[in-house]
Amino acid sequence: MGRYVIRRLIQAIPVLLGATLFIFAIVFALPGDPVEALAGEKRQDPAILAVIRDQYHLNDPLLVQYWHYITGIVLEGDFGKTFAGVPVTQLLAGKLQVTLNLALVALTLEAVIGVLLGLWAALRRGRATDTAILASTLLLISIPTLVTGFVLQLWLGVWLKQAVGTEIFPIAGATQGLKSYLLPGFVLAGTSIAYLTRLTRTSLVETLRSDYIRTATAKGLSRRRVVGRHGLRNALIPMVTYLGADLGALMGGAVITETIFNLPGIGKQLYDGVYLREQPIVVGIVTILVLVYILANLVVDMLYAVLDPRIRYE
Amino acid sequence: MRKTSLDTLPAEGGLGNEPLLAVDNLHVEFATRAGLVRAVNGVSYSLNPGETVAVLGESGSGKSVTAQAIMGILDMPPARIPQGEVRFRGTDLLKLSEEARTQVRGQRIAMIFQDALSALNPVFTVGWQISEMFRVHRGMSKRDGMKKAVELMDKVRIPAAKQRINDYPHQFSGGMRQRIMIAMSIALDPEVLIADEPTTALDVTVQAQIMELLAELQRESNMGMILITHDLGVVADVADKIAVMYGGRIVENASVHDIYKSPAHPYTKGLLESIPRVDLKGQELYAIKGLPPNLLDMPTGCAFHPRCPYRQDNCVTDVPPLHEISGTRNSACHYWREVLDGDQR
Repeated sequence: MGRYVIRRLIQAIPVLLGATLFIFAIVFALPGDPVEALAGEKRQDPAILAVIRDQYHLNDPLLVQYWHYITGIVLEGDFGKTFAGVPVTQLLAGKLQVTLNLALVALTLEAVIGVLLGLWAALRRGRATDTAILASTLLLISIPTLVTGFVLQLWLGVWLKQAVGTEIFPIAGATQGLKSYLLPGFVLAGTSIAYLTRLTRTSLVETLRSDYIRTATAKGLSRRRVVGRHGLRNALIPMVTYLGADLGALMGGAVITETIFNLPGIGKQLYDGVYLREQPIVVGIVTILVLVYILANLVVDMLYAVLDPRIRYE
Repeated sequence: MRKTSLDTLPAEGGLGNEPLLAVDNLHVEFATRAGLVRAVNGVSYSLNPGETVAVLGESGSGKSVTAQAIMGILDMPPARIPQGEVRFRGTDLLKLSEEARTQVRGQRIAMIFQDALSALNPVFTVGWQISEMFRVHRGMSKRDGMKKAVELMDKVRIPAAKQRINDYPHQFSGGMRQRIMIAMSIALDPEVLIADEPTTALDVTVQAQIMELLAELQRESNMGMILITHDLGVVADVADKIAVMYGGRIVENASVHDIYKSPAHPYTKGLLESIPRVDLKGQELYAIKGLPPNLLDMPTGCAFHPRCPYRQDNCVTDVPPLHEISGTRNSACHYWREVLDGDQR
């Protein structure tokens, strides 16, 4: 197992290099001059602009710039500086926490709601409850986050506050602890909840048809134990896979949600970074996201071996 | 529904002449999209302590469905039991509450299945699965349950039971897995053991060992055994009585001795003749002509008539009753006398 983990981590290196180079090249190819964008409307002395360009290696070819960037990260842990002179690591430190909080709240909501709804639908397979749950998941999948975000902000944030007189779901900012994250977390998790519900239902229905479930019943176990212990434990395997891989997707999806709810996370920062063409910020954030993806997938693969004893790594 | 708790079931002995287990005129049907499938049509057989009844028949004959109805593990719906009784020590199990049936399952009537690899839960250790019987039904601690599991694994002769208690099903060979299945089923000393094709998935040499083990366990505990199989070779050594099923009915009911000596139903006769024999080496192997009946579209009259060498006109129109040939023997054939004499084919 240990050797397997090390091998997987080594395999992650080319993935990281490829992903960063790719995003580096895309930002490089964006039209417009970042230094002039920095100056804004005001006309600057070309000599000053040239000095800044030189300072940030902006005149070098793409691969040379990339080389400077990578060696900076590897040798000094330096992800570069913004044009305003703030180190990217320092800029992102607090924001990463916000996004991580948001993603974890979303993941928790997803796991709890998705599994419970899926379980409920599976046990009522073919009946009205099942159909109602399936139909509502389809609805949830069909509505874009942009819409659910603004609609829930209005309904649960504004109208509900007016109706009951106190604020239950804050609609902007991350200043009220866990409470601030509930509504954005739900919006972010929306489609994932729907997918997980469907996955849980299918997986459990499938599992409950297996021979070992019949054996468990024949052992004289209660229905609760048959489903809860023997069924769910087996149905869990595809669900965990999905949840793990989804953590990365949730962090990526935070760009829209954080912008809607004005949360100071890396999603919002990424949005601003692209807008201002601040290469170090964009590449830095993407690198972090790729890293989260890779680690989440590694954890999922580890969990496989824990959940399913038939899987062994070496 | 009448609610009867387990306590009202007599612990020992039957009521007068009542056998240990009696299936009486059992009907099972399935509602499917294509129509109503009558899988079991009035099956009756009985089982006494220490006795082995072999239920013989090809796929779709209703033998497994009957067993699952006895256990109460049919999915209802789509399955339905419109009539019939399954009496265990005189109490009709079909009238019990689900709660009371759960108490019977596994503790007093246990079952082993064909493919032990898929019948055992892949994510729990074999020790966990065997000891679950003691933990759930006897309230034992994890540790005591595991001790019992080791004893049982020793009993079914799994080598190095103590070291293997924490292994998973996939780490065992097919024969060993079936032994684990058996250990689990006999854990709480059931009075009836239903073995649904216990050796079908195994090598011939292993088959014999498993049958021997079952026979030995049965001798020790005097439990009654229902052995469901399509393999006549397996039956001869261990069974006392044989019930041959075809198209959801019992077509012949007799002692092993009688059936092997002279079958009284053309289907039984066909089955016996299709066993390969060393002295007939080189000759073409006998096979019953045609295919098993389609349960959605059963032949009229006797279900076997399209494949029967003894067929007469009335076989196509009249369902043959189960004729009594002797006190212990029945045949559902209009021409059982001719079959018994073996004068035609």
